[in-house]
Amino acid sequence: MKIINPLLIVLVLIALAYAGVNAMGMTLLFGVVIPIVAFIVFLLGFITKVLSWSKSPVPFRIPTTAGQGKSLPWIKQAKLDNPSSTAGVLGRMALEVLLFRSLFKNTKAELTEGGMLAYGSSKWLWLGGLVFHWSFLLILVRHLRLFLEPVPALITFLEAGDSMFQMAFLPAFYLTDAAILLAATYLFLRRVVSPQIKTLSLPADYFAILLIIAIATTGVLMRYYYRVDVVAIKDLIRGLVTFSFNVPEGIGVIFYIHLFLVSVLAIYFPFSKLMHLGGVFLSPTRNLANNSRAQRHINPWNPDIKFHTYEAYENEFREKMKAVGLPVEKE
Amino acid sequence: MSKMLEPNELTKDILETPSLMTGKSPAKEWMDTPAEFRPGNWCYSAKTKATDALGAPNSRDWSPIDEDWKLPENWQEIISKGFRERLDKFRSFRLFMDICVRCGACADKCHFFLGSGDPKNMPVLRAELLRSVYRNDFTLAGKLLKKFAGARPLTMDVVKEWFLYFFQCTECRRCSVFCPYGIDTAEITMMARELLNLVGININWIMDPAANCTRTGNHLGIEPHTFKKVIETLVEDVEDITGIALNPSFNRKGAEILFITPSGDVFADPGVYTMMGYLMLFEHIGLDYTLSTYASEGGNFGLFNSNELMKKLNAKMYHEAERLGVKWILGGECGHMWRVINQYMDTMNGPADFLEEPVSPITGTKFENAKSTKMVHIMEFTADLIKNNKLKLDPSRNDHLNVTFHDSCNPARAMGILEEPRYVIQNVCNNFYEMPEETIRENTFCCGAGSGLNTEEIMDIRMRGALPRASALKYVEEKHDVNTLACVCAIDRATLLALTQYWAPDVEVAGVTEMVANALVMDGEKEVRDHDLRDEPYLGVED
Amino acid sequence: MELVNKLSEKKQEIVREWIRKTMEAYPAESLAVLNRNKNQFANPLSHTISENIDLLFEELLSEINPEKVAPILDKVIRIRAVQDMAPAKAISFVFDLKGVIRDALKDEIQEKKSFRELLTVEKRIDQMALLSFDIYVSCREKIYQIQANESKNQTHMLIRRVNEMDKQNEAR
Repeated sequence: MKIINPLLIVLVLIALAYAGVNAMGMTLLFGVVIPIVAFIVFLLGFITKVLSWSKSPVPFRIPTTAGQGKSLPWIKQAKLDNPSSTAGVLGRMALEVLLFRSLFKNTKAELTEGGMLAYGSSKWLWLGGLVFHWSFLLILVRHLRLFLEPVPALITFLEAGDSMFQMAFLPAFYLTDAAILLAATYLFLRRVVSPQIKTLSLPADYFAILLIIAIATTGVLMRYYYRVDVVAIKDLIRGLVTFSFNVPEGIGVIFYIHLFLVSVLAIYFPFSKLMHLGGVFLSPTRNLANNSRAQRHINPWNPDIKFHTYEAYENEFREKMKAVGLPVEKE
Repeated sequence: MSKMLEPNELTKDILETPSLMTGKSPAKEWMDTPAEFRPGNWCYSAKTKATDALGAPNSRDWSPIDEDWKLPENWQEIISKGFRERLDKFRSFRLFMDICVRCGACADKCHFFLGSGDPKNMPVLRAELLRSVYRNDFTLAGKLLKKFAGARPLTMDVVKEWFLYFFQCTECRRCSVFCPYGIDTAEITMMARELLNLVGININWIMDPAANCTRTGNHLGIEPHTFKKVIETLVEDVEDITGIALNPSFNRKGAEILFITPSGDVFADPGVYTMMGYLMLFEHIGLDYTLSTYASEGGNFGLFNSNELMKKLNAKMYHEAERLGVKWILGGECGHMWRVINQYMDTMNGPADFLEEPVSPITGTKFENAKSTKMVHIMEFTADLIKNNKLKLDPSRNDHLNVTFHDSCNPARAMGILEEPRYVIQNVCNNFYEMPEETIRENTFCCGAGSGLNTEEIMDIRMRGALPRASALKYVEEKHDVNTLACVCAIDRATLLALTQYWAPDVEVAGVTEMVANALVMDGEKEVRDHDLRDEPYLGVED
Repeated sequence: MELVNKLSEKKQEIVREWIRKTMEAYPAESLAVLNRNKNQFANPLSHTISENIDLLFEELLSEINPEKVAPILDKVIRIRAVQDMAPAKAISFVFDLKGVIRDALKDEIQEKKSFRELLTVEKRIDQMALLSFDIYVSCREKIYQIQANESKNQTHMLIRRVNEMDKQNEAR
């Protein structure tokens, strides 16, 4: 059930866009209104979520120390795993965000037994995750060509790199297209095949990955099979950006499906676990230096707590203390 | 299959009686599997003596196996309000409720999971126990999509499940090392325990020491005169064994340094040998220090209950240091005590501007890394002494010991004190062997009984949790004849003892400072000092 | 001896199945994790069970030597004795071997003369089972002992003090 339902939902979404555009001709709704609403929801939702996190203070300095801390000068500190300075923290965060370093740590132990990697091993998870996220990012950047005129050199450069294995066929075949589909399929399958991952997966987890697979698939189909009028699409998108909403004719329904799914993803994003995109930067176990003995960390809501004072203690035990020669404040 | 081939049907019934451990078929969804209380799988509830003394909410007599937990009528409201309050007070909490993607990287990192195979001991599921309620009460997606988004309402069954599983997490932080977002189950467990505390769900093993510590200064509730007498007994023991007369001072104003260590070192076997070690070390270097009967506890079981209780207990350290007018504080070997000192003390009860930035009076070394808390770890202090050749050591006196070192969770993953104890050990004994690398340093496995779970009624749970640590120990025992498991934690000295007795009965548990003292060549010692602090003969000595 | 040879031949298959059956004691959703990582230290449960079941099977091929077999059984039972299982379940894995062998050698044991040999092998399994009872009980006793010791250790100095005070009182 927890896989079927999300799958059905994604299929219904596709059907909706297909019927809406093809049968009812609601190109304005699917081409303009929904994307704009989605964009607004995404933006506001994302900002609200990040604000809600940053509104909660970090009362205590709680980095997970994964190496030797700063100590005596002759003891070698693990500056990245147990940073004591901002530079160290930036290094730790960069490795974490760009290379998924903590996830990579999983793999060390597994390699020892026979040197073989098992299916579902954490190394695959690391690799799958890395490929998925990087191709997602590159594809997103590539899409900027639809928004920007003239197309920045960086994007052209990226596209050239991405399509370096271009062979006889046209248009350019993008590596990232294949990569994201492979990686996403892997990430989906491990949630289906491995009983343990299945146990801890929620329907929402399947929904997110299936939605992204559907988006990538429609994107690929649009590019390599059902050719769509790119010039018209660019017109439409430029229209969205410049608030002159005209819907060019003859774009092809596959594009509307793609755009609708992206819109759904954008709307769903801020309310889901996908917000780890923003959250990873704010994690107090990773983005703080372990220097709370050298520099006082301030808790903005530090409560006033009445503790049992020495005076109260001595008052209770004074005679017993005097009897064994313990010094007292009041005779 | 013919009839003859049927496996033993007789036992079938017994074998398949329901338990968390049976589950040939991928049973029901975890949300639909209610927690089950059986002998040995739950901690005793706090007695009213302790909860009254601490003024804890809803103090009453109750037991987890009672049908009715006698919660206040509006318990749901109390927890819900407490939940919101904590989301607003702790970014870690809010974030960790939101961003888990359930990738499963943490699943096999928990010692309780590895030892039990119980899926709810996977860190991700442990957190989901709380997250599911968070989604239901505090997120739009949860409110709208319910089970689809992994939401479930807060019911009494859920609370009972929280009780079982958040008192089956030792806050060791091993999972957080491997989480791509740094999600720390210790944080989640701490929040869950705070929420349970709000409606009066506590365990005695945490509340009783905390109450004792408040009143008498130490976990066992030992009054000052007895505390002094006990130390004096240890002093006599040291004299019997080494011939050296020690003269520690108590509550002495004007001493340069206040020494605080867990009371386990004062009262418990084998912690006492480490205590003797401290006293001998300080005598050897002529340290101007004093002990306090008021702040006679380094440990802080408040950490395992709520941040407020932690602050309340911790406040005594600075309070006493200020009263005595010492320059700085030296702290003994302890795990969670050092988590509190490193990550909470200065924030909670600082700034300690009545103290001075710590400088070793023996070597002149400035402890830059402790210049704000003004509290130095005994291993930093001793490592510095050895580095500067201030100790006269004869490591061969520890030749009867083949030593391995257990990194305690908190010094490893909430502080990063890894090299200092190793440096000290390697200077005081000749036979040191590391356990396999996936079980030491930041990857260290818990003793299975941290965070206030070192209580005997859950010995089975503790022994399961101890399995990963024990199998690494067993390995070096077989390979290198290791007979001593050294550690820098007073709770470990108690809990590892249970661990070795069950899993590796020929291995003893020792504090690092105990071994330092064994190796110390002291002025005025017996002409023939041929026994260690446990009165065991040195190698080559006939007893 | 024919059957023993056959057993030896099919060792891999039998041991694999025996391990699988033994691991069935754990929930399926956990098994994926437990089976995925067989590292001795990162996942001692699976490792210990696999390794020692293999050794046990070797022992089955000749007369049972309790001194050799007991320590192997101990490794597996020591774990299961603290895993919240009924005693019967904790040692059921020994009996599981009977079913596994009968399944694996289905054809061979239809013949009469192998049947006698089968009885010999099963008798050895019974001996292992008896040893297992002893080991299980000693593990449980150990736990009770540790529980009792622990509180004594924790208050070690206080007990000493009370004893000393008693002595002083007597002397007076």
